[in-house]
Amino acid sequence: MGLDAQVLGEFTHLRRARDLIDRDFAQPLDVPTMAARALMSPAHFSRRFKAAYGETPYAYLMTRRIERAMALLRGGVSVTDACMAVGCTSLGSFSSSFTQVTGETPTQYRNRDHAAIEAMPGCLARLNARPSSVKPSRIREAEPGTGA
Amino acid sequence: MNISLQYCHVTVHDVDEALPFYRDALGLTVRNDVAGSGHRWVTLGSDSRPGAEIVLSDPHAGRSEEDGNAMQALLAKGVLPMTIFTTDDVDALFERIRATGAEVLQEPIDQPWGPRDCAFRDPSGNMVRLNQAAN
Repeated sequence: MGLDAQVLGEFTHLRRARDLIDRDFAQPLDVPTMAARALMSPAHFSRRFKAAYGETPYAYLMTRRIERAMALLRGGVSVTDACMAVGCTSLGSFSSSFTQVTGETPTQYRNRDHAAIEAMPGCLARLNARPSSVKPSRIREAEPGTGA
Repeated sequence: MNISLQYCHVTVHDVDEALPFYRDALGLTVRNDVAGSGHRWVTLGSDSRPGAEIVLSDPHAGRSEEDGNAMQALLAKGVLPMTIFTTDDVDALFERIRATGAEVLQEPIDQPWGPRDCAFRDPSGNMVRLNQAAN
């Protein structure tokens, strides 16, 4: 009864690579390094990771970085400092990825109101505020005063 | 009339494999161990909060083969909900758990949102976070 041990083993290896991304997102992290954690070749790893989690490892890394950058921007950090702090080295590509994923520029995001998300404990905000590269943004912060 | 949390279920691949983590590493005490229909349910709690217990069981306990398999996949992928414990000494507890060889997700750090915390994966892939209790 239950899933094949090989299938479970693959999920476990993919999970360790995903944990590595969540932990070391601010480091220079490339797909071969992630794939090594999962004990797979980079091409196979990218395919299996996408099949398991719905987005490629690189897209997962970028949405993690952007989620962390959003938290820094909400705290008033400058766009350049937020970009560097989350492991992006090019401000131009950071801004365009950010805009593509969230639908607004880092500057627009930094300058607007964030009342709803600031009411959330950080460990939950980290999960819930994480944008998705797959669909249009999963979360839209509620307008102030709209209630639950 | 009041209400309080009594049991919270944690799905694990294998209860025997999970026990050393929850009992010996985390330091919880086994309260109940029930077997039936080829499955086991083990409850653990601690004296610092009597009455509140976690229940360990496997993905197929009380589920169809298909649902059990779906649960098992989510568990191995590490996407099931996390469990959060509180302790009066997060650094000491972290060291004890790490010494057992558990998978470290995060060393103790002071979080921007308040508590000092750390995180592990249990042997099945569940995220377990430990918060320093506010004094």
